[in-house]
Amino acid sequence: MMGRFFGGVHPDYNKDLSRGKPIETMPVPGRLVVYLSQNLGAPSKAVVKKGDAVLKGQVIAESGGFVSTPVHAPVSGVVAAIDTFPHPVGTDLPAIVIEPDGNDRWADGCDVERDVDALSSAEIRDLVHDGGLVGMGGATFPTHVKLSPPPEKPIDVLVLNGAECEPYLSADHRMMVEHAEEILDGAALFARVIEVGRVIVGIEKNKPDAIAAMRERAAGREGFEVAALDVVYPQGAEKQLIFAVTGRRVPAGGLPMDVGVLVQNVATCRAAREAVRFNRPLIERVLTVTGRAIAEPKNLLVRVGTPFEDIVAFCGGMSGETGKIISGGPMMGVSQYSLAAAVTKGTSGIVLLRRDEVAQFVSDACIRCGRCVEACPMRLDPSTLSILVERMRFDDAGETGVNDCMECGCCAYVCPSRRPLVQHFRRAKAELRAKARKAG
Amino acid sequence: MLTAILALAAVALALSFVLAIAARVFAVDVDPRAEKIEEALPGANCGACGLPGCSELARRIAEGKADIDACPVGGAAVARAIAAIMGQDFAGGGVRRVAMVMCNGGDESARRRFWYNGVRDCNSAALLFGGDKSCAYGCLGLGTCAGVCPFGAIDMTGAGLAVVDPARCTGCTKCVDACPKGIIRMVPADRTIHILCSSHDKGAKTRKVCAVGCIGCMKCVKAAPEGAIAMDRNLAVVDYEAEIPPEIAGECPMKTIHVRKLDGLADLDAAAGGER
Repeated sequence: MMGRFFGGVHPDYNKDLSRGKPIETMPVPGRLVVYLSQNLGAPSKAVVKKGDAVLKGQVIAESGGFVSTPVHAPVSGVVAAIDTFPHPVGTDLPAIVIEPDGNDRWADGCDVERDVDALSSAEIRDLVHDGGLVGMGGATFPTHVKLSPPPEKPIDVLVLNGAECEPYLSADHRMMVEHAEEILDGAALFARVIEVGRVIVGIEKNKPDAIAAMRERAAGREGFEVAALDVVYPQGAEKQLIFAVTGRRVPAGGLPMDVGVLVQNVATCRAAREAVRFNRPLIERVLTVTGRAIAEPKNLLVRVGTPFEDIVAFCGGMSGETGKIISGGPMMGVSQYSLAAAVTKGTSGIVLLRRDEVAQFVSDACIRCGRCVEACPMRLDPSTLSILVERMRFDDAGETGVNDCMECGCCAYVCPSRRPLVQHFRRAKAELRAKARKAG
Repeated sequence: MLTAILALAAVALALSFVLAIAARVFAVDVDPRAEKIEEALPGANCGACGLPGCSELARRIAEGKADIDACPVGGAAVARAIAAIMGQDFAGGGVRRVAMVMCNGGDESARRRFWYNGVRDCNSAALLFGGDKSCAYGCLGLGTCAGVCPFGAIDMTGAGLAVVDPARCTGCTKCVDACPKGIIRMVPADRTIHILCSSHDKGAKTRKVCAVGCIGCMKCVKAAPEGAIAMDRNLAVVDYEAEIPPEIAGECPMKTIHVRKLDGLADLDAAAGGER
């Protein structure tokens, strides 16, 4: 049931810079900045105060609601401060600053193997929540929420997202090559929770070694298969991926569960194995540090809270004149104005571009050429939407479907007038959110 | 030919009776006062009163559903004219209020943290790290307030600051709602002492990001008459009820206190009958 979704673009992938580099473990930095907002939804609530000693894996902030997760100390040490820091998603947010004591000692009960076979579905789901798991592809949606579908929405397929369609990034790629067995072990836990017999791993064809590694490991597991997908951005977007591997269409405004599918990123699967089987909460992740402005591109295993500054230094510093630093991939990532931001559970990469690679432009009026309409994987009309936003007709933009925009950036990528389309849509969504809040 | 003329004349006669009856039966009573009030209103249809336009406000006033001074743009002079039409007394006539941008940190005083190359609109810019201004409370200078002002009363300085011209400002408050930083305040037009800063950051942080920001040293609070200037979370705030001598500006080490000249404004207000 392989399908090819509508629209999409073919940017330069630039994955050669880092895809051949094995995952390297970065030493713990001198100071970690752990944000309280590590997930989409409600931010977590700090349960430690300045001066407290913490152990690795200890809860330092608890869930702020159902759509929220706890945050754990990524290292043993002392809470040096609780203050606001620039968050990589583009706003200043509160964070707990931890100074490591050098022992890197686990809290009681952590890092102990558990008999997974004896666990019930509900117990696994609780462990996933307690482990602080969020979608590690970048969206950081709390995993336990995804694992709690209402009874009227039965799920029959689990899709593992290994597409990694963002240019430059190779963290998931390396993860699949090096940790295939662990990913599938975690996926099997998810499959048990939601009681599905079919697991499909979706991987873009530009990662043949990852496809081979995953196929080899999946062969021994009943119901597991690996789908090699066309190389087109945004192949890894949830709805596009579902269509590509199952042929099912998620309705506008709907969720994957509406068509009986659950999607999990491959890194999240591995983190689930760590949390459930070994009681190691989510305190570290693999990310790609790449681009032509970094001395040595690397795939790194870093602790959550590691400042970008230390990561750049560990990769040999910047080479040449840096024009742009992006948290995440170049299509959907957020430009950073300083290296003060720190790694969150959703930081999939840091891309450093040289000044001569960064296009600076002046945007023009829309010429109604329709290229954005052809590129939009959500089948929206970015041209009309952007004009509505420019005229501040946010309600009309809402009715024209601006909330279905997933900000993949395909429209802005193809626009010959260089219009800042995604920024317009983000503005419209923010205005509509504010209005909905005001209305109660 | 003659038949046709006669036939049409007969039809016209019959229809004229129908129209005459319809005009009586379906007549709409328009309060003549509403029309007069509409003439007295500024006619900008700016929506500052919260209604769709001047004619709607005129209708409401004539019906007694809105106050005679409900037009914030017209001020006391218009309220007086409407009071005359309605046969009421208008005792008000306080000082009109004008908008003021409570930030003086232009590019020469405050820094830009990064180079912003996106949509030229403050609300869009504010979604990315709160904008490129080093001070979280500073004017972003992209002119969203100037764009929404129906009276062209806001000028953008070359240094990236919005400045309201009190002579042209009618007090409709559209800019107050448009500013993502919430730093536009309504102030009495006849006041001269203003503290042009909105930063609630601590002094040390403010000093780092802006050369003219309030650092909360409280020198002005001590020098001013009792209660005339109060501190609100590291920011000095003027009580516009109080009289403050202009010498107070000399007390501020950051030159945050602005003494506004009223020369031109006073003439303009005088020309409008002492009040607008």
